[in-house]
Amino acid sequence: MNLEIGSPLSIGLVLGVVIITAALLITVERRLLGFWQERLGPNRVGWFGSLQVVADMIKIFTKEDWIPPFADRFSFVVAPGIIMSVVLLSFAVIPFAPNIGVIDSNIGVLFVLAMASLGAYSVMLGGLSSDNKYALLGSLRAAAQMISYEVFMGISLLGVVALTGSFNLREIVEAQNDGWYIIPQFIGFVIFLIAGVAESHRLPFDIPEAEQEICSGYHTEYSGMKFGMFFVAEYIGLVLISSLITVLFFGGWLGPNFLPPIIWFSIKAFGFIAFFILLRAAVPRPRYDQLMSYGWLFLLPVSLINLLVTGAIILSSQ
Amino acid sequence: MIVLFYIAAVVAVIATIAVILQTNIVHALLYMVVSLLAIAVIFYVLGAPFAAVLEAIVYAGAIMVLFLFVIMMLNLGQHTRNEEKSWLTPRGWIGPSILSGILLAQLLSVMADLDQDIIPKQVGVMEVSALLFGPYVLAVELASILLLAGLVAAYHLAKPK
Repeated sequence: MNLEIGSPLSIGLVLGVVIITAALLITVERRLLGFWQERLGPNRVGWFGSLQVVADMIKIFTKEDWIPPFADRFSFVVAPGIIMSVVLLSFAVIPFAPNIGVIDSNIGVLFVLAMASLGAYSVMLGGLSSDNKYALLGSLRAAAQMISYEVFMGISLLGVVALTGSFNLREIVEAQNDGWYIIPQFIGFVIFLIAGVAESHRLPFDIPEAEQEICSGYHTEYSGMKFGMFFVAEYIGLVLISSLITVLFFGGWLGPNFLPPIIWFSIKAFGFIAFFILLRAAVPRPRYDQLMSYGWLFLLPVSLINLLVTGAIILSSQ
Repeated sequence: MIVLFYIAAVVAVIATIAVILQTNIVHALLYMVVSLLAIAVIFYVLGAPFAAVLEAIVYAGAIMVLFLFVIMMLNLGQHTRNEEKSWLTPRGWIGPSILSGILLAQLLSVMADLDQDIIPKQVGVMEVSALLFGPYVLAVELASILLLAGLVAAYHLAKPK
């Protein structure tokens, strides 16, 4: 069986590696946080705490999976499944290497955006069906945050799309042979990074689940494996955003020849994962209204101007 | 591919009927999302990937999310469910059934004349954009003016006094 786009081996590899990476990140993140905050982190289970994730998984699987009697059962059960499926589906269009990937789609960028916007249902339904005021507050915040930051995320990508002339993520990578898009699209990159953190609602933008204010927001009532799915989906989302930044702005699998393409991709993607964890360790959470006004009054105009200038430069160079 | 079309079409019809019959408004909205996604699959199968993904982003991903957002604000409970139930009386079905029956008959009579197979033709993003900003640029501009009016109105309503 040879490794090519869309072969069963390739699909299995992508699915397996993404899920295992996300699960390992549970431990890696806590160790890195400990390192950056000058404390130990989980270092008891296994060699330097490497088996912590196994312990966590055993705990999550054996906990009682409780559905509150006052909850809307159908939406309550469906919600964690939605976020898990949309983040995993997004990986279908990510080009990991010239011969590794699930599909080679002409609408790759749009597909990722569509999946990101469907992900909003998960947090909204989770909070709404829990019938709990903290959960409802959390999901209201999540809805507003995800809808708003989706807009800037989409517009910040358009510069890259315009430079390549295609929505195909593979063509975007190949177009970066002469130079990565981080240089001509630096503003787009910064906006995409910020919007990516907001879209996966991780610290510092974890306002929907801010535990100091609203318990843990939309998943307050969740326990057992349903909570586990929200939890793992957040890490898969982190891997997804890092992979997207790598593909769109840092040349994907491109790199000097002494290492295979997939290794270059992994190195770059892991660099961004570590950067996101560093953000979590270093930056405090803004207030909800600050997040909103920052987005609409600052990021939106800047991303529009970025697109306008990019368009003008492309036109004048033709 | 054509099997996918029929599966998606059946899903769309069942989901749309469920939207009407469902008394729980959140479940009705979820069925609506399923119906829209099924229509996106139909677009994709018929060779319009751009329209398919826009259907998913704009309708399923943005407009329905805003609907859900409003429902969350309204705090609808058992009271609304009972109200919905009381509206779905057998008498209420007569008028809509006649009207949609007429439309269905027309549709079937039109389709009876068609005997050629559907040949999906791929329409890429480039072709759609060239059409939008070529022959149909007036419609695009009019739609953007409409959206601008909405934007100005929203700004006015939200402006602190």
